[in-house]
Amino acid sequence: MRETSWSEFLITRLIKVTGYSAILIVGIIFIFLLREGSPALIEIPFSTLFSVRWYPIEDYFGILPLIGGSLIVTIGAGAIAIPLGLATAIFISEVAPRWAREILKPMVEILAGLPSVLLGFIGILALAPLTREFLNLPTGLTALTGALLLSAISIPTIVSVAEDALDAVPKTYRDAALAMGATKWQTIWRVTLPAARSGVLTAVMLGIGRAIGETMTVMMVTGNAPVLPTGLSALFKPTRTMTATIAAEMGEVANGSVHYHALFLIGISLFLISLVVNLAAASVVFRQKKRAERILS
Amino acid sequence: MRIFPPLNPLKLQILIIFCILTTACGRLSEDQNNGSSASIENKGSDTIVNLALAWAEEYQDVNPAVRISVTGGGSGTGIAALINGTVDIANASRSIKPEERESAQGNGIDPIEFVIARDAIAIIVNMENPVDKLSIDQISDIYSGKINNWTEVGGEDRPIVRLSRETNSGTHVYFLENVLRKGNKEDKTLFSMDTLLLPSSEGISVEIRQNPNAIGYDGLGYVTEDLKVIAVAEPGSSEYILPSAQAVNESLYPIARDLYMYTAGEPTGEVLEYLEWILGPDAQDIVTELGFVPIIR
Repeated sequence: MRETSWSEFLITRLIKVTGYSAILIVGIIFIFLLREGSPALIEIPFSTLFSVRWYPIEDYFGILPLIGGSLIVTIGAGAIAIPLGLATAIFISEVAPRWAREILKPMVEILAGLPSVLLGFIGILALAPLTREFLNLPTGLTALTGALLLSAISIPTIVSVAEDALDAVPKTYRDAALAMGATKWQTIWRVTLPAARSGVLTAVMLGIGRAIGETMTVMMVTGNAPVLPTGLSALFKPTRTMTATIAAEMGEVANGSVHYHALFLIGISLFLISLVVNLAAASVVFRQKKRAERILS
Repeated sequence: MRIFPPLNPLKLQILIIFCILTTACGRLSEDQNNGSSASIENKGSDTIVNLALAWAEEYQDVNPAVRISVTGGGSGTGIAALINGTVDIANASRSIKPEERESAQGNGIDPIEFVIARDAIAIIVNMENPVDKLSIDQISDIYSGKINNWTEVGGEDRPIVRLSRETNSGTHVYFLENVLRKGNKEDKTLFSMDTLLLPSSEGISVEIRQNPNAIGYDGLGYVTEDLKVIAVAEPGSSEYILPSAQAVNESLYPIARDLYMYTAGEPTGEVLEYLEWILGPDAQDIVTELGFVPIIR
């Protein structure tokens, strides 16, 4: 008994330290980003910053095309990955027989571990030419190609997390629904999915997070032309994302130059975007939990 | 309070693994520090990287005591590393900019320049493209966005997809100053906004190989047989010339440049010996083998 309490003390402390360190690290990262990036707001006039041309070696620092590029690729990837990912999760958790499930789940998890540079390579050699010929575009290196590959990256995350959430819904829920005469589809759509909503939303957010933060793949297949997307047609044109810009240019800049600060400013924007997405998701999850608890009690 | 099962065996295992890992790492770094051979860090231009690798390999036979590690990343990357004092030799496909020289001197480093080879930049298109000659004016108009269809330069009715290296590439800067702006310092012409900026020479080759709409540029050493090289005429001349070592040395081909290595201060010891060898006949033969142009002494 003495020994257990000692190890318990150690473990609780360790968990506490790791928990707080996560907050601390995020805080430090943000302070670092602010320190390196905020000078850009003074050095670069706002009219330049919010222009539509990004060409740093001649002092054009318009970040709008980069933000637009990241958004269009991420939204495109989400539009493909969310329905597909959720449908796969529902199939694995609710529909597939036991043996199929035991094969599918590990396969999806292996897919999640694929290095993104590998997918980028497949994209540039196989997917880009196919996209060009199939849609008759001038070039296959487009936002759409990036979105397709990013969805391939985020689908495994979505499937894996959402399937866990669906699996955690007590069997009694389904039994009750079926006993009330609901069809299988009604049970899934009206009972199981709403009950697992917070987990499913987390899955979607993690998937989107992987998509917006992904660098190597988009750098290889989106063509990296900093053009401000102005409509749906931009999906079929080359685009340049914030992450690819940072990755491509950070190695070259002189420490402390305007360009260096501008790249950190892009980093701040990226940080803020993911913060907003996460806060929005968290607020929805918490609201949902309260309602679910009300129903349960 | 929940009672934890004794965790000793697991903890012991973790401890053992940890110990093994740390001791292994310790030994590894010791090995590197105590190595008797001198090492030269060489970084920079992607145009030069293959040449630098070939030299480093050959030099192993000449002087086995010296280890040379070669990395690419772009001319700007190499010069930035030289300024930060992390490399012995920086490779660059453009000469150092005045502001780079200033920031180097700010760090107490005086970059010394060596011309180590010459290079022709080839304009390349897909094999299926019937266009086989362009004037500098036409190339400039294509890249600045004034010409958008191949029919305007005697080709098929296809849109032109412009490919370029990223802005940290020395080739990009050279092309901007000497082709797009035709060497005119007052000219502020920029690349057309929808120019695809690809992160590597290989990216350009892959896209041109499969896309008949594309036009790109690259060092002659990187042009493979399955790409079509365009003959180029100087402004005001009607003589179209294909790039070759001979054409460069006779100053006939208009898009050619010097390739450089920079050292931090006057080179001494191993670095000096290496550079002397590079400027000698054996190393310059390798220049020819790799499709670059040797310097004439």
